[in-house]
Amino acid sequence: MSETLAAVEALKKAYPGVAADAFRGQQRLVAPAAAAHDVLRALKEEHGFDFLADITCVDYLDYPGAADRYGVVYVLVNTATSARLVVRARVNDPEPTVRSVVDLWAAADWLEREVWDLFGIRFEGHPDPRRLVLPDAFEAHPLRKDYPLQGHGERHNHPVVTRENEEQYPG
Amino acid sequence: MPLTPEIPPGDLRRDEPRAYLWTLNFGPQHPATHTTLRIVLKLDGERVVDAMPEIGYLHSGFEKLGEHLDFNQYVTITDRMNYCSAAANNVAWHMAVERLLGIEVTPRCRYLRVIAAELSRIADHLVCNGAVGLDTGAFTYFVYAFNPREPIYDIFEALCGARFTTSYTRVGGLAHDATPEAIDMIRLFLREFPRTLDDMERLLDRNRIFVDRTKGVGVLSREEAINRGASGPIARASGVARDLRRDEPYLGYDEFNFDVICATGGDCYARYLVRMAEMRESLKIVHQAIENLPGGPVNVGVGERTALPDKRAVHSTIEGLITHFELSMTNRGFEVPCEEVYSAIESPSGELGFYVVGDGSPRAYRARTRPPSLVHFSLFPHLIRGHRLSDVVAVLGSLNVIAGELDR
Repeated sequence: MSETLAAVEALKKAYPGVAADAFRGQQRLVAPAAAAHDVLRALKEEHGFDFLADITCVDYLDYPGAADRYGVVYVLVNTATSARLVVRARVNDPEPTVRSVVDLWAAADWLEREVWDLFGIRFEGHPDPRRLVLPDAFEAHPLRKDYPLQGHGERHNHPVVTRENEEQYPG
Repeated sequence: MPLTPEIPPGDLRRDEPRAYLWTLNFGPQHPATHTTLRIVLKLDGERVVDAMPEIGYLHSGFEKLGEHLDFNQYVTITDRMNYCSAAANNVAWHMAVERLLGIEVTPRCRYLRVIAAELSRIADHLVCNGAVGLDTGAFTYFVYAFNPREPIYDIFEALCGARFTTSYTRVGGLAHDATPEAIDMIRLFLREFPRTLDDMERLLDRNRIFVDRTKGVGVLSREEAINRGASGPIARASGVARDLRRDEPYLGYDEFNFDVICATGGDCYARYLVRMAEMRESLKIVHQAIENLPGGPVNVGVGERTALPDKRAVHSTIEGLITHFELSMTNRGFEVPCEEVYSAIESPSGELGFYVVGDGSPRAYRARTRPPSLVHFSLFPHLIRGHRLSDVVAVLGSLNVIAGELDR
């Protein structure tokens, strides 16, 4: 735990704009989107956080007291000491973008694709930036808070492919 | 909305000059995928040059539903994620919620949750190893593996009334306390299951055909396992000695005596052996939990105001009545901080985490699932390249990908 605290303090010194707090024994870092990649690389290469457990996102559209629209969440683990650290990058409209960490962890590939798919956060430098779970023609990002639970009617507008018109829809 | 007029660009495009390569569509409805997922394979004769997984056939928007159902209602959705081990998902979800709310569950509840999670680990490993056996030609083994799931589901039926989709946990406790009959059934299972396990090991561990088809197939090195986010039996079969039950003890796992099973091979055979050995460790844990099962209440007290009190307390005490009232009224309920928390358990297939954000309402503002299946399925192209077409089913089976959890 003390090593994690030391890592957090070192990063706060090295990168202005990085803040840290803890909740129920869980250490957390908040970084601006521009510094997120550098912070994560430092955590991996200098402080032993070699395992990326998860990348996800939270849309703070109507969250009480939120200043930023999105928070991209990275959950890191140090496999030697089992220490855990949650890093959050603050991202905002109109072009929510953060640098991809696929160059640091191969595990980020699908996790970042999923965040792009469901939240519309662009990951700069991602080698294969396609949607993951939704069809490629889908236009919305349904886990955003301004997307209704029952959808915008995408299913109803979907073309019906029959034997007569299937040439129009290859693939 | 128009459909995209071209096939999405992927790894397959790189091989265009080699026009003689075959493209084979595997799934989404193929008996050997065991679940709804699709892989586009690029073949050079029988050798797999590349594989492009396509997922999303079972995407049902669970995380969106999690923002519209309250903390107790959502447990029914977690059943449907990894449906082979529903009780482990229930435990993971409510552990995350309780961490957010700051609730400490009672010792009896902890032990019963451990028993449920470990029994579902045995059931999950039986399905996974049974399917690997089935796909590599060992049909008898598959039947041996599926048979002991029956008493496990009987135990779940006795514990919570449901066999498959258990919905066993509640915020601050469990849906039902364990009855003496259920405990007797668990004791009987502990006595009888090791014999089946011996049979299974004798059937397949040294079976020449099975070993030939799984040894050296789909090798994952230790560095790759960490870099690619592998967890659970898959990481341990590659020599990563990481088990959340030991490394980040939750539910009092540090009170139990068990071994973390590891192997160094990193291939399908090592993953099979790790799962076989883990079932014995789970039996050890269940045995210790059932013999030291603490007495006392299974739900937290009325002071915490999170679990519904039993009917006797409602009818005979003022605190019980008030708690029941407060929890039943839609404008009352839990006191939730505006905070976010990540909590993970060692589920049968790996690290199953929930990232829960609270905003003061009795519903999660965000209920993220960290699914082990998703991360493990992304390993698939890496593991299969260079192997033969018949190895696809062995590798796929050994990854234990469950589409309900993969797509959510």
